[in-house]
Amino acid sequence: MLKIKKSDLNKLYAAIAERQTLYIPCNVSGKVNYAVWGEGADVDLSTLKTVRSAKEVFFPQCEDIVSFKKEGKNISVKSDHKESEDFVVFGVRACDCRSFDILDRVFLSDPVDTFYKTKREHGTVITLACNRPEESCFCFAFGIDNAEPEGDIAAYFAGDYLYWSPKTEKGLNLTKTLNSLLLTATDKDNDALEKEQNNIRQTNERLPFYGLDLSVWGADGLLEKFNSEKWKELSEACVGCGACTFVCPTCQCYDVRDFDKGNGVQRYRCWDSCMYKDFTMMAHGTPRPTQMQRFRQRFMHKLVYYPSNNEGIFSCVGCGRCVEKCPIHMNIVKVIKAFGGEKNE
Amino acid sequence: MQKVAEIAQKRAIQLLNQGAVNRVLGWKKGEFPYDETPAVFASADELKDFVYDSFSSPNLSKYLIEESRKEGKVLAFLKPCDTYSFNQLIKEHRVNRENVYIIGIECGGMIDVVTLKNRGAVGLTGADDDGENITAHTLYGDVKVRKEEVLLEKCQACKGKKHVIYDELIIVNPQDEKPRDRFAGVEAIEAMTPQERFDFWRAQLSKCIRCNACRNICPACSCLQCVFDNPKSGVASKASPDTFEEQLYHIIRAFHVAGRCTDCGECSRVCPQDIPLHLLNRKFIKDMSAFYGEYKAGEDSETRPPLVDFSKDDVEPCIISDKGGDR
Ligand code: SF4
Ligand code: SF4
Ligand code: SF4
Ligand code: SF4
Repeated sequence: MLKIKKSDLNKLYAAIAERQTLYIPCNVSGKVNYAVWGEGADVDLSTLKTVRSAKEVFFPQCEDIVSFKKEGKNISVKSDHKESEDFVVFGVRACDCRSFDILDRVFLSDPVDTFYKTKREHGTVITLACNRPEESCFCFAFGIDNAEPEGDIAAYFAGDYLYWSPKTEKGLNLTKTLNSLLLTATDKDNDALEKEQNNIRQTNERLPFYGLDLSVWGADGLLEKFNSEKWKELSEACVGCGACTFVCPTCQCYDVRDFDKGNGVQRYRCWDSCMYKDFTMMAHGTPRPTQMQRFRQRFMHKLVYYPSNNEGIFSCVGCGRCVEKCPIHMNIVKVIKAFGGEKNE
Repeated sequence: MQKVAEIAQKRAIQLLNQGAVNRVLGWKKGEFPYDETPAVFASADELKDFVYDSFSSPNLSKYLIEESRKEGKVLAFLKPCDTYSFNQLIKEHRVNRENVYIIGIECGGMIDVVTLKNRGAVGLTGADDDGENITAHTLYGDVKVRKEEVLLEKCQACKGKKHVIYDELIIVNPQDEKPRDRFAGVEAIEAMTPQERFDFWRAQLSKCIRCNACRNICPACSCLQCVFDNPKSGVASKASPDTFEEQLYHIIRAFHVAGRCTDCGECSRVCPQDIPLHLLNRKFIKDMSAFYGEYKAGEDSETRPPLVDFSKDDVEPCIISDKGGDR
């Protein structure tokens, strides 16, 4: 276990940024989102949830794929794929870090998404334990430990220090370049850290969603859930915006679009939302003409379809962003509970 | 407020039992104090989950576009500002007034959860409202703040406590009409240099994640197919490829709701990035009143809005000639 004084963190950021691009939660125009660190950046590691999740570092909201240009009678085609440079993303919470595994199962299985893959290969993830979980958090329902996050390096705040624990080859390599800044933790430090971690786990037990139970969800009972009367009432107030999907770390759908540049076409992809009317639009129209069907799609995908294709793993990490951001406060927890997903105390 | 909710709930049950209405549009209890969901209740039993307090911010008027076209009469609880939206929808022939029974419900101002949390109520699990102060219960202790300081933007600039359309009223604690300045924010931006203004809006609008929550919640955005959802428009409503398109989207939307926006504040309330969208709308409201005489969209359901009316004395504002340039 290594450590660095909180007051020296700027030096640490500068040292990382000297070699690689550093993405870190920053307050920009009043909201905290991942941004590229530079001198004077307003880093904010106390806000638990960035508005956009950390997935945007690997899977940006918009990304150019290929361009076509007319040249006389010919069309030239240019791929926009480039190998990523090495970069670091710092301050990733345990839930967001687990979302990368969920995205990996989609983008890294055949056919591999090369745009995503190169960023995953070149990115080093530094996670951060959550000292103050919030009321909307339910990562623990998916077996995620917010006191001991995964990642290439796990970091923890306790007392005056940030503790630092490399977990992978990538993490060790980055740590080597920062040796002059990182001190070795003493036994006393380790005790303080352990105490802080216990605090976090005890806080979890006081969270409103602590008893949330997903045992009725998963690959089984697909049709029964699909045909349930409950969707109508649950989706009644949904306004069909994309807020829940665009803040979600595990939503993975994107659309491919062409932008007409006059003498050519820029093909790009952008996040899509199953809540939108034109989602999976085909020549014959949309397969989900009502908002109830679109709403059902989002939750069935996360709680039934994805698990049935991925050994029972859910496509939700309990970050609670959709719980906080839905304009009419409908969300995955209300859906889980509507189907009986609460333990009797 | 507790009292108001009880009266409202009782009255709803009564009207249901009498057969005066066959369902009720209101707010449904959530998991926390703040996550109430608009809901249609069809029975006294369902109404057990009815709630009305200082977190009942969602404006229910837009739901009446669909609800008022269904079979039978629907009871709708509308706050003062929500009644402006409903009136405006009548004016635009978007709702069937006959099918709605409106109970105007008293409002002491709605709380902005984001502001409350920014004031220290992180881990919010409960809240008490005594009218003056909010005591927030959090996982990390209680936080007491003056209610006035944590009101939603729309309530800080409240248009007034008068319901402009209703069939009956529920008012237990008559609210003082505090004079509220709606245009200070607009004036601050008007006072900026063009470069400062551009920088301000670019900084704000470039946060946009194009979730379209602002548009979809907006009672004035009632087009069945938004121009930004038209694949032939050449733009994608869900993509945020560069700041230019974001600015275009917001400015076009503000233009399209000009004269119809009642300043209900829902766009700014729902924006996950806290972009002050109301400032764009209020600039139009302010200018229209300056050019064509005081006008409040939704104040009534008949008068012609200034932008679809014409008179020979209409001003011909021209930003270019005003600034001394060639036309
Ligand atoms: S559930 Fe909420 S955030 Fe998601 S589309 Fe519906 S209204 Fe928007
Ligand atoms: S569904 Fe909601 S809680 Fe689950 S990962 Fe997505 S945003 Fe987070
Ligand atoms: S604007 Fe006025 S009427 Fe509307 S919610 Fe706020 S205080 Fe109530
Ligand atoms: S609600 Fe906010 S983030 Fe979403 S589209 Fe509107 S301005 Fe953009």
